[in-house]
Amino acid sequence: MRTICFYFQVHQPFRLKPYRFFEIGDDHDYWDDYSNRNIMNKVAKKCYLPMNQLLLELIHKFQGKFKVCFSLSGCILDQMEAYAPEVLRSFQELVDTGHVELLNETYSHSLCALKSESEFKHMVQLHQEKIKHHFKGYEPKVFRNTELIYSDSIGEMVAGMGFDGILSEGAKHILGWKSPNFVYVNAHEPKLKVLLKNFRLSDDIAFRFGEKTWSDYPLTTDKFIGWLNQVPQEDEVINLFMDYETFGEHQWKETGIFEFMRHLPEAVLNRTNFGFSTPSEVIANASPVGKINVPIPISWADEERDLTAWLGNDLQDEAFDRLFELEASVKRSSNPEIQRDWLYLQTSDHFYYMCTKFFSDGDIHAYFSPYESPYEAFINYMNVLSDFILRLKQDEKERIAS
Amino acid sequence: MKVLMFGWEFPPHISGGLGTACYGLVKGMAHHKQDLIFVVPRLWGDEDPLAEFVNASDVEIDYRERRFRDIWKNLTYLEVSSFLIPYLSPEEYHNHTERLLRDQDELESSVLANKFSFSGKYGKDLILEVSRYALVAAQIAKNKKFDLIHAHDWLSFPAGIAAKKMSGKPLIAHVHATEFDRSGQTVNQRVYDIERAGMEAADKIIAVSQLTKNTIVTKYGIAEEKVVVVHNAVLDTSIIRSREQKKVPEKIVTFLGRITFQKGPEYFVEAAYKVIRKDDNVRFVMAGSGDLLNRMIQRVAELRIGTKFHFTGFLKGDDVDKMFALSDVYVMPSVSEPFGISPLEAVRHNTPVIISKQSGVAEVLQNAVKVDFWDIDAMADAIFALLHYNGISKMFKEMGREELKRLKWEHVAKKVIDIYTQTVNQ
Repeated sequence: MRTICFYFQVHQPFRLKPYRFFEIGDDHDYWDDYSNRNIMNKVAKKCYLPMNQLLLELIHKFQGKFKVCFSLSGCILDQMEAYAPEVLRSFQELVDTGHVELLNETYSHSLCALKSESEFKHMVQLHQEKIKHHFKGYEPKVFRNTELIYSDSIGEMVAGMGFDGILSEGAKHILGWKSPNFVYVNAHEPKLKVLLKNFRLSDDIAFRFGEKTWSDYPLTTDKFIGWLNQVPQEDEVINLFMDYETFGEHQWKETGIFEFMRHLPEAVLNRTNFGFSTPSEVIANASPVGKINVPIPISWADEERDLTAWLGNDLQDEAFDRLFELEASVKRSSNPEIQRDWLYLQTSDHFYYMCTKFFSDGDIHAYFSPYESPYEAFINYMNVLSDFILRLKQDEKERIAS
Repeated sequence: MKVLMFGWEFPPHISGGLGTACYGLVKGMAHHKQDLIFVVPRLWGDEDPLAEFVNASDVEIDYRERRFRDIWKNLTYLEVSSFLIPYLSPEEYHNHTERLLRDQDELESSVLANKFSFSGKYGKDLILEVSRYALVAAQIAKNKKFDLIHAHDWLSFPAGIAAKKMSGKPLIAHVHATEFDRSGQTVNQRVYDIERAGMEAADKIIAVSQLTKNTIVTKYGIAEEKVVVVHNAVLDTSIIRSREQKKVPEKIVTFLGRITFQKGPEYFVEAAYKVIRKDDNVRFVMAGSGDLLNRMIQRVAELRIGTKFHFTGFLKGDDVDKMFALSDVYVMPSVSEPFGISPLEAVRHNTPVIISKQSGVAEVLQNAVKVDFWDIDAMADAIFALLHYNGISKMFKEMGREELKRLKWEHVAKKVIDIYTQTVNQ
């Protein structure tokens, strides 16, 4: 049977507080508790709680015919524990239905796969433990890397860790004439199945839904069903991958996004030959059509679907390289606060704020950034990192002394 | 002898360095019991009562005086004639002149009112305020008795000229900065014209440094004999012992000022890079903001020195003192600085300084390393030396302190009073 695979990314970074030069060497508390708590609570109210409630109703209503998949970053799980335990409970309730799959990712939504295999494995391990801990021993089988960043070699590392599949972007420049609506395998390691996002249909919901200047506005369930029925009959799977905050946060409730989702499953089940599956089910049922070659990493961001949202300009590269120089010395430390800050400092969002691509996608970047400019983001991050380096040196000294 | 002095601002309500310099000078004058009327566009009431203050906003103009009309005519001429914007299409030019004529009417009706409330700031109506200030000056010149006029910088030059016209008394133009220092090569022609008119109308010109004198002679075509150099001084020459504790183990090298082309921030960044490659035990700080800030951040990232080179943004009040107190070396790499008081502040905090040869302060401060602003190798060398060779930094600290004690405003005031006497007697 042809199927739709919904995957929602759930993540919030730990944002840095304004950290001035004068504080270097003195203040080791980097995180903006106030804004992190406020944003978490705001998004919980607008998105996580109402959308979880809606999904729970739909899952109960269709008794196993409707299912979804989540990836919850370690950061968001930490924030739920600290600021919004009711949100964590509502996710647990969803997973308890048995019709919700959870993915494995890096603990702190990190870009480490691009830099350090050892850190990557460490992060994946930490996240696995976190999921196990919160979801009754749940063990994810499928992997999702930060921002769907994927390449042949990242896939190889993921296969090496025993995963059956990985999610990525159906970027035009890697697919060419091929369709994202099939299952592919990693170019080096055919054991690893690769699911690719159908970015047109996904972004119709995630980005364009409430866009009044879009020629297809408003997007109704009828219209979407029409598009699904136009998909060639031989295509097997439509991967609808998006940020969970699409529902109620990026697309406000007033756009009708919740009503759209409320009616979609019934319409799909009654008026198309599609069903719903989780990534593991897709991988188990569909047979791969071939290898997908991705020698240079891709992501799901911006028009280019590359890494330039996080890395590539001098600000980003400087911050990223200085951070990863510290890996070995962090690993030698047994200080739990150093370990925690090391994780949170890796979160991709910090590098996203330093992006200078103002002209095409800059407005999206500006929307998500707590800083007025990428330069401010850089200054603040580097001040914090400078203090972190001093702490590491101090820690090392104390270790040698004892 | 009584002096009629025109300033633009006076502490505590100041936004530029001019107010501080005027304050120092007036204080020095008070020390020598020099009789002084000090006019500012706006008084706030909390100024130090060092002179007979006149608030220009309170002065009512009596238009029965016919000569006021002549003065105004000259001022409007100055504005319209110098209104030059290149590269306008004919249509844009039409719109522009239309608007200009309309504005001109409005400006005339408000400026020619009996009373006018000055903002005393450096806002968008600056030229309007400068013109009105001249009218007020004419009225004051008519009401008061005095022997000599002293005007500070272009903002009060039209006032000085008007007062001279009314009274026939000699005028001294005091130049703290020229348009070339403020804007580099892209000078505002209107401002330049006003500066030049003031210099030409003056009987004597005081320049705050030899450097400034050179600019006045070469760029404004003023005869060398007409210009006297009188350096600025420091309000308080006492040493500040801060209890501020440094929280980082490294030495700190600081740039503090506006991050603009004139201050030479890029030379500081390049020199920092050279030092950091040799020395792990140092941090560089660029404090301040300005139109080159982002370019400097970009450059620091490019050079991959982001964990050793920090930016603080604009600092005020206590944070400025804190920054000086934390610094081990202070660098002022200005491309063009008529005087530059901040290295002297650094000396007060016991911080050795490196200053560019293109700054007026280099003429008075002997115990400082002086380098050409563009010579980043020499700058890096000097930074390294002051950080590592205690002998030299200790010597600079001690001797700088002694030198500072000689830089008092009363000495400056004495020189200026001598110039008054000479000018009146000529």
